[in-house]
Amino acid sequence: MNTLTGTGALTKLAGRRDRFMLVIWIYALTAFVAFTVYGLKKLYPTAAAREEFITTAGHNPAFLSLYGPLFGNSLGSLTAWRDAALGGIGTGLMSIFIVVRHTRADEETGRLELVGSAPVGRHAALVSALVVACGANLVLGALMAAAAIAFGLPAAGSIAMAAGFAGCGLAFTGVAAVAAQLAQTGRAARGLAIGVLVAAFLLRAVGDSASAHGPHWLSWLAPMGWAELDQAFGSVRWWVLVLGPVAVVLLATAAAVLAVRRDYDAGLLPQRPGPPRGAASLRSPLALAWRLQRATLLAWTSGALLYGVVIGSSAKGIGGLLGSAQSRRIVIKLGGHSALSNAYLAALLSFTGLIAAGYAVSVVLRLRSEETEERADPVLATGAGRIGWALGHLSIAVAGTVAILVITGLGTGLGYAYRAGGGGSEVARLVLAGLAQAPAALVIAGIAAALFGLAPKASMAGSWTVLGVVVLLLFLGATVQISQWVLDISPFTHLPKLPGGPVSAAPLVWLTLIAVALAAAGLAGLRRRDII
Amino acid sequence: MTEAIDVAGLRKSYGKTLALDGLDLTVTRGEVHGFLGPNGAGKTTTIRILLGLLRADGGTIRLLGGDPWREATALHRRLAYVPGDVSLWPNFTGGEVIDLLGRLRGGIDAGRRASLLERFELDPTIKARAYSKGNRQKVALIAALASDVELLLLDEPTAGLDPLMEASFRGCIEEERQRGRTVLLSSHILSEVEALCDRVTIIRLGKAVETGSLAELRHLTRTSISAELARAPDGLDRLPGVHGLDVEGNRVRCEVDTDQLDGLLRQLSAAGVRTLTSQPPTLEELFLRHYAGDGPGEHGAVAANRGGGQA
Repeated sequence: MNTLTGTGALTKLAGRRDRFMLVIWIYALTAFVAFTVYGLKKLYPTAAAREEFITTAGHNPAFLSLYGPLFGNSLGSLTAWRDAALGGIGTGLMSIFIVVRHTRADEETGRLELVGSAPVGRHAALVSALVVACGANLVLGALMAAAAIAFGLPAAGSIAMAAGFAGCGLAFTGVAAVAAQLAQTGRAARGLAIGVLVAAFLLRAVGDSASAHGPHWLSWLAPMGWAELDQAFGSVRWWVLVLGPVAVVLLATAAAVLAVRRDYDAGLLPQRPGPPRGAASLRSPLALAWRLQRATLLAWTSGALLYGVVIGSSAKGIGGLLGSAQSRRIVIKLGGHSALSNAYLAALLSFTGLIAAGYAVSVVLRLRSEETEERADPVLATGAGRIGWALGHLSIAVAGTVAILVITGLGTGLGYAYRAGGGGSEVARLVLAGLAQAPAALVIAGIAAALFGLAPKASMAGSWTVLGVVVLLLFLGATVQISQWVLDISPFTHLPKLPGGPVSAAPLVWLTLIAVALAAAGLAGLRRRDII
Repeated sequence: MTEAIDVAGLRKSYGKTLALDGLDLTVTRGEVHGFLGPNGAGKTTTIRILLGLLRADGGTIRLLGGDPWREATALHRRLAYVPGDVSLWPNFTGGEVIDLLGRLRGGIDAGRRASLLERFELDPTIKARAYSKGNRQKVALIAALASDVELLLLDEPTAGLDPLMEASFRGCIEEERQRGRTVLLSSHILSEVEALCDRVTIIRLGKAVETGSLAELRHLTRTSISAELARAPDGLDRLPGVHGLDVEGNRVRCEVDTDQLDGLLRQLSAAGVRTLTSQPPTLEELFLRHYAGDGPGEHGAVAANRGGGQA
């Protein structure tokens, strides 16, 4: 028996367990590419129409940070540009979910132990997860390329574009494999891998929107950057497509080496004994929630500070990015360079709003996992009531979201003031701009809280779907013409564009009230329903 | 108010699955009450309703004189609960969990906490993710036993404990009884219930099928008799309460309802007893009779068994 014995059987099992999930992911991502080609073809049928769009919107730094650079003005280039970031995020998330599900999550629940007592090698589960994830990416890549060709895009470019998305998926397959060795729970492994994905997206956003002498190389660090750096519909750089397979081989090898160095169900971080007594403050549901969430929040706020400093210090030179004289004129008409750097910062801060919403949703849903994993029962069987227990976690969600946004604003302000001057007033302005995202992020958290109280079984899938729709609206809304009422669904549409835009308090107050009402509805539901 | 728990006609269903079908349960203050039934009989559902975690569909429930759904928080300060499958926060130490749960309940006795840690041989500095099932259960037990409460609700608390620890557990429950605390002990380990409990309720398919003290329940059971006689016996088949009679010459085997034992013995002595073996009824026998041949949905079996037992 070698370390791979049983891989075939485990791969079949994994494929069977995932059959619906895989079909949905592959179908949705292929449809996403097909819809983009179709939509862009209808919107900009001629080269002239596309050229006009590119000169007005294609050099907007906000768009550059969202979508990356644009190579060429063909329908293919436009498609590749539009889909690069989201396509890479899609394949990356799919790969992370597949790999963690069949490695660390199974190990944590003990299912793998049952399997491991049969003649199954040490690396069999890891390799079978990698096989399923890589296979899914290859099938997805082939279907995406076929869809693009079917809608009339050139074959070579379509293949290069689809290979770029699949390559990003492969890279995150490797990232997830390593994360599954380092972290000790499925939740932590997914969190770690998604953290890398978010960091990669932000690096790419900063790299792509950097000025001529700015840190463009940052884009190369991000797998979703590769999907655009291969210049699929321009002069294709085929060698870029090697990066994905190379990344998965290197990372998978690292994961296999790490797997040998640890025990079953153990992470790589050593177990240390802890305090024999609970801290004197550990005596309320809020203290419990804080204790459960503080490490995560610390990681998020440090990331937020770093991100803020990077975007703040890159904002000053943003004007140099604009190539054509025509677009410079537009900028000046819009209010000059300060307006431009404001627009850039406003776009990047609205990402932060979405990311903070993601954080808030994950904190609120902790209530649900505490419930389903039966850790809520012992707490609720004490003097702690349901409402107090839920409010403990909701308070952390609110405070953490505000902290992440304020600290991003602070970092941005410090970075900006350092490069462009302006001192304390710049810092204060950007802290407020960060904080202004909070009401919209909290509305999403409020939806999660309402689902938890009123429709607990749907709360996990429902909350993440809501966030996904909001993200999609931000990305689509920026280029494809969508009716305003559709965009208005997203709370982020109603925020003032800060910094730079006019400050209106009314939407902020309304959104905050909506968030509070949603949370109250959730708590009322929680009072009435059964636990589990 | 002498009843710690007074439940009548309790009903609860999950969708189409009927979990509790008119359950009655009465636990008097100061007693250790065994709550017996196999997995899926409705024990955990009952306890979760008593804790106010689930809302009953019907029936009346009084817990320590209050309504567990409406007055959950106030009542919870007066009781402690140990779930059957204890799951803890992986990065908390056992000591932290014990303190947290104890404080949320309104305070913990430091001396008692220390002595329980020693008795159950639990290292409180280990993180919960490294504890075995038995050790996680000890954490919950210590947190419950070290709290100053009137009522203990224990849902299969010894499932993961080794025999030594089970002995410690029995010692602790004995002490709780002497302190005058009420204990509801759900279990399917019959020897444990026989050793600890004053009264027992047996539930089956969401209904209480027997309830009473062990002595009372034993009356409902049969004693197995096997005897060798001086001559062939006479008239045994006409005696009330004799079952499964098997006479081979001078040898007799049968089962007899315990309250009819006297009549049988008189008849046997009349035939001259050479050897006599009698096996007293066990809780296990009683239990098995209620569940023998139990399959899903065989409601009729209860009535049939019951009729047989009391004939």
